Amino acid sequence: MHALANPTRFLRLARPLTIWLLIVGVVMTIGGMAAGLALTPPDYLQGETVRIIYIHVPSAWLGMMGWAGIAAASVSQLVWRHPLAAVAGRAVAPAGATFAAVCLITGSIWGRPTWGTWWEWDGRLTSMLILFFLYLGYIALASAERERGGEGRIAALYGLVGAINLPIIHYSVLWWRTLHQGESIGLTGSTIDNSILWPLPLTMIGFSCLFGAAVLMRMRAELSEAKVEARMRRMGRG
Amino acid sequence: MNPWPFVISAYWVAVCLPAGLLAWAFVSMRRAEAAADDLKRK
Repeated sequence: MHALANPTRFLRLARPLTIWLLIVGVVMTIGGMAAGLALTPPDYLQGETVRIIYIHVPSAWLGMMGWAGIAAASVSQLVWRHPLAAVAGRAVAPAGATFAAVCLITGSIWGRPTWGTWWEWDGRLTSMLILFFLYLGYIALASAERERGGEGRIAALYGLVGAINLPIIHYSVLWWRTLHQGESIGLTGSTIDNSILWPLPLTMIGFSCLFGAAVLMRMRAELSEAKVEARMRRMGRG
Repeated sequence: MNPWPFVISAYWVAVCLPAGLLAWAFVSMRRAEAAADDLKRK
């Protein structure tokens, strides 16, 4: 982490990595989606709508991991004053918000034919919706703080406090047994049959690579904007 | 109820939103890097 504290060193690594993440992300995502749509059998209970898991589960995972990234960047900024931490937090937020939105919308679309409703104020759904609003709040707060020339500490504190929602989302299906099904994929295994499960790692890796590419591109944009602003200030003084 | 319109709509959302994010991130990166390069040359 600290080895990348130098923006020049970070950019040297980020430039080729962005392209590779984009290529791998597009290939894996298209492959996983195509396999999920055409090569897997329908579920005996859910039928064809089970195919939505190949996009819903990775989006949910990235929506949550995005905020974990913001929390890690916040710690890095508040404790070590890492020069890229605030930039990383601001770059992760739009990507996290996008995937949280994909998770909410695809879940709602899946819910209509399966549960008979577009939305239910269930523990998992509500905590995920809160995560989406937390992202919007973070984006607004971080950009307002940046415009005022702040170091991004208020946004970092907000990022840390917001992380309380992550265990709530994770354990919501255990704490409130309402409509959303319990955990079917864990670290030790899955209750889903392999004939249905196999395209999921492809979309998980693909979406994660695209998420990483979006974050790196936003970080590169922010670093270049900062460079322009600094040079303009120097020219104004000179 | 025919499930395919739901499945296709969900995939459409999962393609369009991340594609929009990537397009926005790419354009903003190219613009910012071009502006920084222009200023460097001046």
